[in-house]
Amino acid sequence: MVDEPLAVQLTDITKTFPGVIANEDVNLSVAAGEIHAIVGENGAGKSTLMKILYGMQNPDSGTIHVRGQEVHFKSPKDAIDEGIGMVHQHFMLADNLTVLENIVLGSEPKKGLQLDFSAGRDRINEIGSTYGMEIEPDDLVETLTVGARQRTEIVKVLYRGAKILILDEPTAVLVPQEVDELFNSLREFKAEGESVIFISHHLDEVLSIADSITVMRGGRTVATVKPTDVDAKQLAELMVGSELPTPETTESTVTDVVELSIQGISALSEDGRTILDDVTFDIHQGEIVGIAGVEGNGQAELIDALMGIQEVSSGAVEFKGDDIADWSTKRRREDGIGIIPADRHREGLLLQSPLWENAMLGHQTVKPFAKGPFIDKKGARDRTTAIIERFGVKTPGPDVVALALSGGNQQKMIVGKEMIADPNVLIAAHPTRGVDIGAQASIWDEIREARKEGLAVLLISADLEELIGLSDRLLVIFSGKIVAELDPLAVTPDELGSYMTGVGVEAAS
Amino acid sequence: MMDHGKKMLLSLLAPAAAIAFALIVASLALWAVGKNPIDAFSSMWSFGTTSTSIASMINRAIPLYISAVAVAIGFQMGLFNIGVEGQYLLAALFAGWVGGNIGLWSPLHITIIILVAVLVGALWSGIAGVLKVTRGVHEVISTIMLNFIAFSVIAYFLLNWFRDDPTSLNLRTPVFAESGQIPSLNWIFTTFGFSEPRGISMHGFLLIAVAVGIFYYMLVKRTRFGFELRASGMNPGAARMAGVAPKKMVLTTMLISGGVAGLVGLSTMFGSIHSYTQDFPRNLGFTGIAVALLGRNSAVGMALGALLFGFMERSALILDLEDTPKEVVQIMQGVVVLAVVIAYEVVNRIIEKREIKAAAAATRTLDTAEEVAA
Repeated sequence: MVDEPLAVQLTDITKTFPGVIANEDVNLSVAAGEIHAIVGENGAGKSTLMKILYGMQNPDSGTIHVRGQEVHFKSPKDAIDEGIGMVHQHFMLADNLTVLENIVLGSEPKKGLQLDFSAGRDRINEIGSTYGMEIEPDDLVETLTVGARQRTEIVKVLYRGAKILILDEPTAVLVPQEVDELFNSLREFKAEGESVIFISHHLDEVLSIADSITVMRGGRTVATVKPTDVDAKQLAELMVGSELPTPETTESTVTDVVELSIQGISALSEDGRTILDDVTFDIHQGEIVGIAGVEGNGQAELIDALMGIQEVSSGAVEFKGDDIADWSTKRRREDGIGIIPADRHREGLLLQSPLWENAMLGHQTVKPFAKGPFIDKKGARDRTTAIIERFGVKTPGPDVVALALSGGNQQKMIVGKEMIADPNVLIAAHPTRGVDIGAQASIWDEIREARKEGLAVLLISADLEELIGLSDRLLVIFSGKIVAELDPLAVTPDELGSYMTGVGVEAAS
Repeated sequence: MMDHGKKMLLSLLAPAAAIAFALIVASLALWAVGKNPIDAFSSMWSFGTTSTSIASMINRAIPLYISAVAVAIGFQMGLFNIGVEGQYLLAALFAGWVGGNIGLWSPLHITIIILVAVLVGALWSGIAGVLKVTRGVHEVISTIMLNFIAFSVIAYFLLNWFRDDPTSLNLRTPVFAESGQIPSLNWIFTTFGFSEPRGISMHGFLLIAVAVGIFYYMLVKRTRFGFELRASGMNPGAARMAGVAPKKMVLTTMLISGGVAGLVGLSTMFGSIHSYTQDFPRNLGFTGIAVALLGRNSAVGMALGALLFGFMERSALILDLEDTPKEVVQIMQGVVVLAVVIAYEVVNRIIEKREIKAAAAATRTLDTAEEVAA
């Protein structure tokens, strides 16, 4: 055993993107015949690391060894040739083709010039029986359950000769029974001496299936542990960090006046899953309510529901005492609900348009941007200049297109245009994501300042320093449900981590 | 920031390069069939620049321009209205029928005809809008299908209900009374000392086309609605967060696009044939798509594009007389559109890169200024 080289060894991998260090001196060793889990919050660097291992991105520095040999991947094809296969979280299957066609697509078996489907079919059945991944090759993909689609994806990767399987949050889409089936298959796979790298947020699952667990936080690998040595709470603490930032002791400005009242709202996704489950809380004037949670647990849907984009199936939202159920997004905006969207490129900016048009976006119906049905270009430019000055946006002027600005300055522009409009309620989703420390501090100051003036803020963030540092109250969202209300002054890492990963919920119930 | 004049110059470069490229390709085609390209082009030029040809060019350009504007309104928000063809033909049929059956004070008569056309065009495109908003039917599919339906509806109505004289072989709606005709603009030529166009009258609807252009420019660039329209086209997610209701936007845009499309056939109707006929000009809707692409949805750009197409179509007539295949002109039209699309893309990338560089440089100067101040 000593001589057997590690299946995968990543050494001192560093990868930076403009303004962000995604991976810093990351080390990861995966033995042959091992199921190795990687856990960490969103943004901890797991996906980047896997993309590097799969040849989708090049590391800035560091080495990759596969079975003892150093490799340099230029593309996923090189990785596949080395026997590495990846199953993405979002399936990449053609719905209108059969399982067989999907699997052989790109590496079709040929007999002369003809496709040899029967050879493909045999091989799929063989893989199926070896690893317990039975799948009917002639079924149409569109008729398959989610679990069967995932099996198809995995078989597709194995069909290409993968000995090292990367699974990106494979259980996120599965029902419990499907999870069991998947785990059985993974155990078979492992018994054949192959390796699995498994990314997950669900700590209980990780503990039940993995042989080793590597924890990532802030782009670094913080620990590699054996599941027998830790419990879920300890693991959660490792994920979140042992020290939580201490909030600044500012005087509370919370008043008794409820500005926004969310009363038991629930919502269903298009395919009928519950995405918001009886969410209830109030935000008072002068209060910042923070929402903590691993991304994808209903935060986006909550924002959309408050903005009138996501339909709610039950419950009510009251703003300044009015039921706003049938208010359009426009009316909500006009009446004083500001939003800093989670993804500035997808929801916040018109990249090809000048800054003054971007400043207008979301306020295009009110002064100083509108004059009757017309645009007030002068008013818009003046306002934009004011934003640029007050928020220190670094730009040559208001006529520059938004894409010419750095991410931090784009974000300052978005925060600025919302704050300068003097809203009653501000929904701030990751208000400082991807901005430098200086800009971060000034955005925080602006929010604190506005809170003093009576602004009610809903803060959604993955940055615990931000959440704990700004919030008057902390709510934890998990699977679309508010599972805990915590005091940011007294919260402990393992408490927060447990609730965020759903461990605390089960312990409590 | 980049100098404004320089930016203008760069964006003029794109169409110029595209036209040059199209000329080269057409020359090759001419040369391949054994004709001298220089001779062909020079006779096209000398024929195409007579007063008569200019009037004809403008007459051809008017409907193309309006059609391009109709398409461009959809393009601004990423909607592909391929149904301009059916919308304008159906609108022209109803407008022709109504116009042929009333006799009123001329301005009122003309206004009613225009309103009917706008209304019918908008209703027809509105069907596609409603289908998209309520059932998620893609507008490309629905507008294509609505074209075919429109063709059949037109044939049915023209044959059974709107026909002027059932005994005549000429299938048409009743001819407009004088009050429903727009006088020719040929006097413009003589006023400016050119010879009067012969056998052709420059359509007075030109003025309406100019108004449509101004309306389009104001709508898109100067109104809140236009801003919301462009925002939805550029970034639907951001527009939604900004309070632009996507469904309402789709429906309104389809209605406006179809309303403008309704005007496409009216130029010919008011100016020369004064009724809807079986051989009413076709394909203006499809060519309008090409003109919109050529003019990059800009009010002025599309006007130039429409004039270029009008010129090419008119001047191609001389080629037949000289025994040169006039299909060469169709090749040129196609190549120009393709080349312009590519050239603009290239130029845009250059401009974009320069702006990013300029902004970065300016930011650096700001930084140093701050440091100095500190």
